[in-house]
Amino acid sequence: MSVNFLISQAKNIQKVIDENAPEIETLDQNIGDGDHIFNIQRGLKLVIELEGTIKDLPLPKALNTIAMKVLSGIGGSSGALFGTFFISMAKSPDLDKDVDFNKACEMIIGGVKAMKERGKADVGEKTMMDVLIPVSEKLNEIKNNNSDMKQGLNEVIKIAEDRMLSTKDMLATKGRASFLGERAKGHIDPGARSSQLIIDTICKSVINQ
Amino acid sequence: MKKFINKPDDFLNESLSGFGKAHSDIIKVSLDPSFVSRKNKTKEGKVSLISGGGSGHEPMHGGFVGHGMLDAACPGFVFSAPAPDQMQAAAEHVDSGAGVLFIVKNYSGDIMNFQMGAEMYSGKNASIVTNDDVAVEDSTFTTGRRGVAATVLVEKIVGSLAENGGSLDECKTLGEKVNKNAGTMGVAFTSCTVPAAGKPTFDIGDDEMEFGVGIHGEPGRKREKIQPSKTIVGNILDAILDNLKPQKNEKTLLFVNGMGGTPLTELYLVYDDACQILQSKGVEVTRSLVGNYCTSLEMQGSSITILKCDEEILKNWDAPVHTAAMRWGM
Repeated sequence: MSVNFLISQAKNIQKVIDENAPEIETLDQNIGDGDHIFNIQRGLKLVIELEGTIKDLPLPKALNTIAMKVLSGIGGSSGALFGTFFISMAKSPDLDKDVDFNKACEMIIGGVKAMKERGKADVGEKTMMDVLIPVSEKLNEIKNNNSDMKQGLNEVIKIAEDRMLSTKDMLATKGRASFLGERAKGHIDPGARSSQLIIDTICKSVINQ
Repeated sequence: MKKFINKPDDFLNESLSGFGKAHSDIIKVSLDPSFVSRKNKTKEGKVSLISGGGSGHEPMHGGFVGHGMLDAACPGFVFSAPAPDQMQAAAEHVDSGAGVLFIVKNYSGDIMNFQMGAEMYSGKNASIVTNDDVAVEDSTFTTGRRGVAATVLVEKIVGSLAENGGSLDECKTLGEKVNKNAGTMGVAFTSCTVPAAGKPTFDIGDDEMEFGVGIHGEPGRKREKIQPSKTIVGNILDAILDNLKPQKNEKTLLFVNGMGGTPLTELYLVYDDACQILQSKGVEVTRSLVGNYCTSLEMQGSSITILKCDEEILKNWDAPVHTAAMRWGM
């Protein structure tokens, strides 16, 4: 993982999120209030605009700059959660050394753990954590077993998609959809969908490198 | 979408700029990070009250900054929680050393961002979370009830106590009491349109209403055919009273709030219906508030809040207040 990698991933993700924006907006209007897609799009735009500022910075400083921008520039649940994710990433030990695949996995696992604590949400509550927690667990398994990276990432893609789809039949107990009770059933969670798209994009890009 | 708008990206800052100019005798607006604060510094020893939340609920919260109410308000983007650095900057700006009380509506985004703001602020601080919306089932396993219109009452009543030298602990305790004594329920006749979205948040038929709607157009208890005002008001009051269970002849404040698109004429009609129904149920209305205080952009609809009042609440409600949206006694 390098600063260049982060910026190029943000650009890839922006393209995919923009392509799927109408769907995410509709999902959020069904069970939320429609702000999620704008927050995600604003966040990606802000991070990409940082390119000139961070491209020559050491990784921890670049991550910290991204974290502060995401935290202050997005707002809403997404700003707090993704800000928390990047703050955790920036605080990972040994970032001055080469960040290989296993190290990157550790950073993501730590970031997801921090998000889980911040949002006080777990699997089964119809949120983005339904995608992020199982993905983080799978990354942990790949890392610990020294599994084949490409095969492992293909499995991550599959898990993210299955878990995203599984939010459809869930009752929501966290976030705005929780106010709906039974009426939230039958709709995929917009945060789960955007998270799945982000994971899908990054994994495919790494596999094809 | 028909709105007064130049560019969607500039919407919030331009509106805040106008607010600052229109009320320069009471408040000032800081941008980057954005917050509204009183024109004058907080007097020494006075606890500072800071609230905030997504924009689109005006006059909440910026309109409640001023003597006897808030010291600062942090506006997020439309219907999106403000960011932690706004709360940190506002707290650093207004705290006179007596501490900061954050007043937060119970929405996941607001809770998380205010928590982070409080963690980033090094001074003494405490928080209260409002959750007056009885349309939502309360539960320890879920996000729970939404914080809606009663937040206005909490800000006014605690604001008075803070103005009169109440400590941080006393302000927090009174705020929690007001929140516990209040219940709110709303109905919507139309949707609202978030400027960045450009189209209505939800579809609703000409003859339909959303019963138990939230303040962002998020759906409520059920979709129903529209009914005469007395029936709607009766159903709202039943839900609130069932929850609050006031004593016989207990004193209450009756707050009829407009969602932004309903004229005052109709809000007063709602108030009349509510008074008659409450009287028939032996609930005494001793204070009133009618108007657009906690809105959802241009949504047509109204919420009703009932607040059970003891002497401490009444005394602080009646105390002087001077803000952009609420002024009496001075």
